[in-house]
Amino acid sequence: MDREGKVLVRTLPSSYPTELVEEIGEQMIAAFREATAAQLPLSEIVVNYSSLKITARELRGGVIVFLAAKVSTERE
Amino acid sequence: MSMGTRHKVLLLDDDVDLLDMYRQLLTQLPSQPEIYTATSGPRAMAMLEAEPFRLLICDLKMPKMDGLQVLSIVRRKHPELRTVALTSVADEQFRSRAYALGVDLFWYKPATEQEIKMFLECLESLLGREADDGFRGVQSKSLVDIIQLECISQSSSTLRITNGGHTGKIWIQDGEVIDAEAGDLLGEPAFHKILSWRAGGFESLPAEPSRERTILKSYNGLLLETAQAIDEKRAVNGDTTAPAIASAVPQLSQIEGIEFVLAMKPGQENPPMARGLENPQRMAEWSRQTFARFRGLSDRIHAGPLEQFEGLGPQRNISLTTHGETEFCLGWKHSMNLDEVREMTKKIITLWAS
Repeated sequence: MDREGKVLVRTLPSSYPTELVEEIGEQMIAAFREATAAQLPLSEIVVNYSSLKITARELRGGVIVFLAAKVSTERE
Repeated sequence: MSMGTRHKVLLLDDDVDLLDMYRQLLTQLPSQPEIYTATSGPRAMAMLEAEPFRLLICDLKMPKMDGLQVLSIVRRKHPELRTVALTSVADEQFRSRAYALGVDLFWYKPATEQEIKMFLECLESLLGREADDGFRGVQSKSLVDIIQLECISQSSSTLRITNGGHTGKIWIQDGEVIDAEAGDLLGEPAFHKILSWRAGGFESLPAEPSRERTILKSYNGLLLETAQAIDEKRAVNGDTTAPAIASAVPQLSQIEGIEFVLAMKPGQENPPMARGLENPQRMAEWSRQTFARFRGLSDRIHAGPLEQFEGLGPQRNISLTTHGETEFCLGWKHSMNLDEVREMTKKIITLWAS
């Protein structure tokens, strides 16, 4: 995703709702910005849910996000 | 104990040199009890009849009237008297019989500095403790402490625990909890049920080596789960743990690799407890904001509860996690990799839980 939250490339199944992909990306971009504002700059964020792990790496204001299902692949 | 009142302690041993040594040891007790000695069971009985004592420390192996005989009589005639059985003989039967008599504490005669320190701490606790929470048998100890003591010493025994009209049993074999029973419950559920009892009585019965093992977890794992369950129950009951947080945070900040510790209870009205931060309020705000952000995201993408957040940065790494209703924000040296941050965060939570 670029710094505006636009999805540039995705490898998720086409069945996965675009709005959810954008939602995840936006939250990650916001999290990086808030961390910087709190004087806690981060280059990588990992969010562990019970059924999903989200890894996001900051790329010059944009972000690359990896989703890994923990229990099933239905949400990937 | 009221100000100015000193408890009386009676030491019973047929070895005069040992009596002198224990008398010296007991002078180190912070409550400064009055210490009396007796070299025979009949003499000790007479002294107990003559004036009220708080604690009897009794050697088990003595000529004529042995310690178990003395304790048996004392437990009936002076039920309020705290009793400690001491022995130098590593005999399982002695221990079982002493606990069956209802002694408060059973100790092998302490030899090392560490053992002496623990022994004195237990005595001080016995002297000071009034009847409230705790288990008759070892009033100063919680059931968790009792099980830990049994397991650390690699003991084999059967603990019979009573709580009102309820009775439970925990089987320990070679320092591991192998089975439990409480009403209709068996195995782990029974163990956790028994450990949820806050007070009651217990006795140590002989081991049952033939008992089938149904609990395969280590005793540490079981006790950790119990601690977590108790914490969660307290959280549900609205128990305030702010003082506990305040005392635990400095300890957590000693962990290798950690730069700061921030612990928070929910709600803006609860100030965060922190170590290693110049501006804990700002970090607390960011933590709350981040927790809220990713919990909200989970609600929308149905990813399940938020377990942990980790961030790697050029200055420091961060982990956010929870235990019960306490939220943690932990700062780590930036040289640590993600796996190390994750592992050490687990360690912090384990320490917290214990």
